[in-house]
Amino acid sequence: MNSTDVDIHASKAAAYVHVPFCSAVCPYCDFAVVAGADDRIERYIDAVVAEIGQAGPWRVLDAVYFGGGTPSHVSPHFLGLVLGALQACHGIADDAEISLEANPEDFSEQRADALLTAGFNRVSFGAQSFDDTVLARLGRRHRAEDIEGSVDNARRAGFGNISLDLIFGTPGESERSWEGSLQRAVDLLPDHVSCYALTVEPGTPLHREVKAGADAPDPDVQADRYELAERLLPSGGLERYEVSNWSRAGQECKYNLVVWAQGEYEAYGNGAHRFLNGVRSHNVRRLDAYVDRVEGGMRPIAGADPIDGWDVEVDRLFVGLRRSAGVGPGPGVESLLQTSGGQMLLREGIIEVAEGRLMVRRPLLTDEVHRQVLDLDPPQGWVEPTNTDNL
Amino acid sequence: MTNQSRIRNFSIIAHIDHGKSTLADRLLELTGAVSERDMREQILDTMDLERERGITIKAQTVRLSYRGADGHDYELNLIDTPGHVDFSYEVSRSLAACEGALLLVDAAQGVQAQTLANAYLAVDAGLEVIPAINKIDLIAADPDRVAGEITNVIGGSSDDIVRISAKTGEGVTGLLERLVEQVPPPAGDPDAPLRALVFDSYYDAYRGVVCYVRVVDGRLRSGFRLKFIATGETHDAAEVGILTPSAKPVGALEAGEVGYLITGVKEIDRIKVGDTLTDAASPARDPLPGYAEPKPMVFSGLFPTDGDDFERLREALEKLRLNDGSLMWEAETSRALGFGFRVGFLGLLHMEIVRERLEREYDLDLVATAPSVAYRVTLPDGSIREIKSPQDLPDPGSRVGVSEPYVRAMILTPTEYVGPIMELVTTKRGEMGNMSYLSPERVELDYQIPLAEIVFDFFDLLKSRTKGYASLDYEPADYRTADLVKVDILLNGQPVDAFSAVLHRDKAADYGKTMTGRLRSLIPRQMFDVPIQAAIGGKIISRETVKAKRKDVIAKCYGGDVTRKKKLLTKQKEGKKRMKMVGSVEVPQEAFVAALRVDDDT
Repeated sequence: MNSTDVDIHASKAAAYVHVPFCSAVCPYCDFAVVAGADDRIERYIDAVVAEIGQAGPWRVLDAVYFGGGTPSHVSPHFLGLVLGALQACHGIADDAEISLEANPEDFSEQRADALLTAGFNRVSFGAQSFDDTVLARLGRRHRAEDIEGSVDNARRAGFGNISLDLIFGTPGESERSWEGSLQRAVDLLPDHVSCYALTVEPGTPLHREVKAGADAPDPDVQADRYELAERLLPSGGLERYEVSNWSRAGQECKYNLVVWAQGEYEAYGNGAHRFLNGVRSHNVRRLDAYVDRVEGGMRPIAGADPIDGWDVEVDRLFVGLRRSAGVGPGPGVESLLQTSGGQMLLREGIIEVAEGRLMVRRPLLTDEVHRQVLDLDPPQGWVEPTNTDNL
Repeated sequence: MTNQSRIRNFSIIAHIDHGKSTLADRLLELTGAVSERDMREQILDTMDLERERGITIKAQTVRLSYRGADGHDYELNLIDTPGHVDFSYEVSRSLAACEGALLLVDAAQGVQAQTLANAYLAVDAGLEVIPAINKIDLIAADPDRVAGEITNVIGGSSDDIVRISAKTGEGVTGLLERLVEQVPPPAGDPDAPLRALVFDSYYDAYRGVVCYVRVVDGRLRSGFRLKFIATGETHDAAEVGILTPSAKPVGALEAGEVGYLITGVKEIDRIKVGDTLTDAASPARDPLPGYAEPKPMVFSGLFPTDGDDFERLREALEKLRLNDGSLMWEAETSRALGFGFRVGFLGLLHMEIVRERLEREYDLDLVATAPSVAYRVTLPDGSIREIKSPQDLPDPGSRVGVSEPYVRAMILTPTEYVGPIMELVTTKRGEMGNMSYLSPERVELDYQIPLAEIVFDFFDLLKSRTKGYASLDYEPADYRTADLVKVDILLNGQPVDAFSAVLHRDKAADYGKTMTGRLRSLIPRQMFDVPIQAAIGGKIISRETVKAKRKDVIAKCYGGDVTRKKKLLTKQKEGKKRMKMVGSVEVPQEAFVAALRVDDDT
């Protein structure tokens, strides 16, 4: 994907909807999720619809993303209510990407039909692995064959844009197992694949197990696995466009592109994050607290960080550098190249500058680049640009 | 004023925990020096550290009045000496102020290395040694065996050994009688020109330097103009007094008496322990024998963990020095540890005590480099240079030879550990001297061994190989030439000074391997491979590599949560700012500190 295409997303409008419900919580998950709370789904959906109304009209949406949790765990009817509210409040562009995350455990053809009817046109499956041993280790409730069945069902119903999430570096996963997962994923001809290294997040059951002596993921093994993905996925026509994401040309996840282009996005639901009018803000994380706040007529916002002055440029690099296309020229790029840390990154081939664009060439070391970026000072003579739009 | 023939000056020598301070408490009580109301344990040990560790660091002195069985009143001066060999110079000065010594031995533990070392000092000083077995009330007490050990060391008959319990008071009066009978009265000439020995001094915030003195000849009168023979300084005797144990001014101290002297001098350096003072108007011709500068034997770099504490460390050292004239230091800069001091100590215990006092009393967080000794380097022009820091050792091309200090080490051990000890001493380049049995079960081993080996880890190894049953003491012997080399540790080609060490050539490879291995596991992976090498001169003797980091990325930027990730990375960045840079390698100070802790994996 060329640089013009990625940067254009800075002017697009996206919305994120959080759906926290799951049939069970995976041991590695630290998202705002809840299991065994299906009796609260209806009230929650009402609250999300109410929040959309509270926030009020904004812009016509180019991308809508239902993340979770497991949005597919919730009845398509309820998801449709939320989409209806978004349509009514903001309007949704005809060519908009309307995406939801789904689990392969119960993705029937009927469900696929209903989701399509509700308005979704992209589905992203939490496949994670095609090795049943690894799936069991990850605490997943589906098996490899369920993934293939779910993809079939989605295709048959008419979904034209299908993504698969994979997790690598699970302790006990062999190189061969990972290679098999990648191959079977490619064989399903997905439009998009995300590959995430298993991460031990504080507070999760996995974290407790590791602290008690269970094997932790090995970062060197994970590096090997990542490199294998980089070699194999292109054979299925999938090119990497972000640290963890590969897609066919033109099938990049639009919602993500907006986030990384420093574009604006609304967000609804508990724990959801948005970037609007120069402010990054997020909702209360606890499901009950969220519902109570909204039902009480209050905005459920829990915190806000205004991004202004020099921070706008730092933020642009921070989000933009996750993309393979990197970021265009600017004072932040200039500043980074003047620091000794920036020079080291250049010398070690971790970053590269070509035609004024700054790119991370070794995506596995992105955090080191990010730490340097967060520490940047404006170059000499830098003046905060005045925002002429508001004059 | 007491008749000189009724004065008895004595000290108590004992191993740690053999009951010296308890006996002193009992003596104070029995002679009515301290009322029961004011009595607390270890009354003479005033420092917290002394009380806690049950050791005496500074000498103390107290005058006791005792009516003997013969009906006469005696003046007993108890000079409480430091028990440890690190302070042997101070011990020997205290002993020089006495005519007798009580050798106190634990009825269960028996003779220990430290008891021996100090008993030899007392015998060498010509003192009347009165042995006593303490703690006879213990269930584990075996006074007959211990009596046998004592006679094996100092001769005499086991029937003559007093058996007491300082705790219950049993036998203590008998011991006092023995003192009066056996310790000779002072022999000085009351009519000769004044000669008095300064056997200790301390700093008092209000009164300046307070000297403890023993008048040998003549009379020390308040108001006298005094001359200190070694320093050549003259000062007025502003106040002269005795300790009962509280300070009590008197008009004069007579020949044979012990007391204190205040001159108004504020700087501890200007009064030397061991100096002889005399009357400035009619000075004595010859000083009393035996003055020597205390000589530091063990050196270690002390660095504040927080670089901002450098000035506080300097101030703390200066304050400690007010009461410890033997403490010496020079500023030192380390690439790895920043600004600090190279500090000289009398021995390992002295080092430990100073470090502990700095950390506890002055609330400093310190990093100490591995202790080293003073090497003597012969330069091509024939001159000799003493070096106290491994970094200062000249290259082989710029030196003719290096010699290192040896000590005479005395090890007392149950016989079953003789084998393991001999093995240990051999690996530490020791040469065996005498071996003598104190009893069928216990033996004294004598060695000549490099001090450097003792300060490295000998103590710990000895303890672990003998389950703690062996005791060790040592005294300086001579300097001997040895095949010594300097091993440098290089990080990405840059030497890290804190890890340079002077070692015997045979030990260099082991040291290099240990340090490079230890650093490899402690230094975080960087963006590039970091070689860690041990080198003698230009020759690499061992090498490890910290492999470049391959993965450093948070996989998922979930649901547009940019803020959380930024915060996490900012926190990591702050952590990195506290790291020390060695060339382009970032090293957390904790890694250096951990690598300096030798006790973990040796």
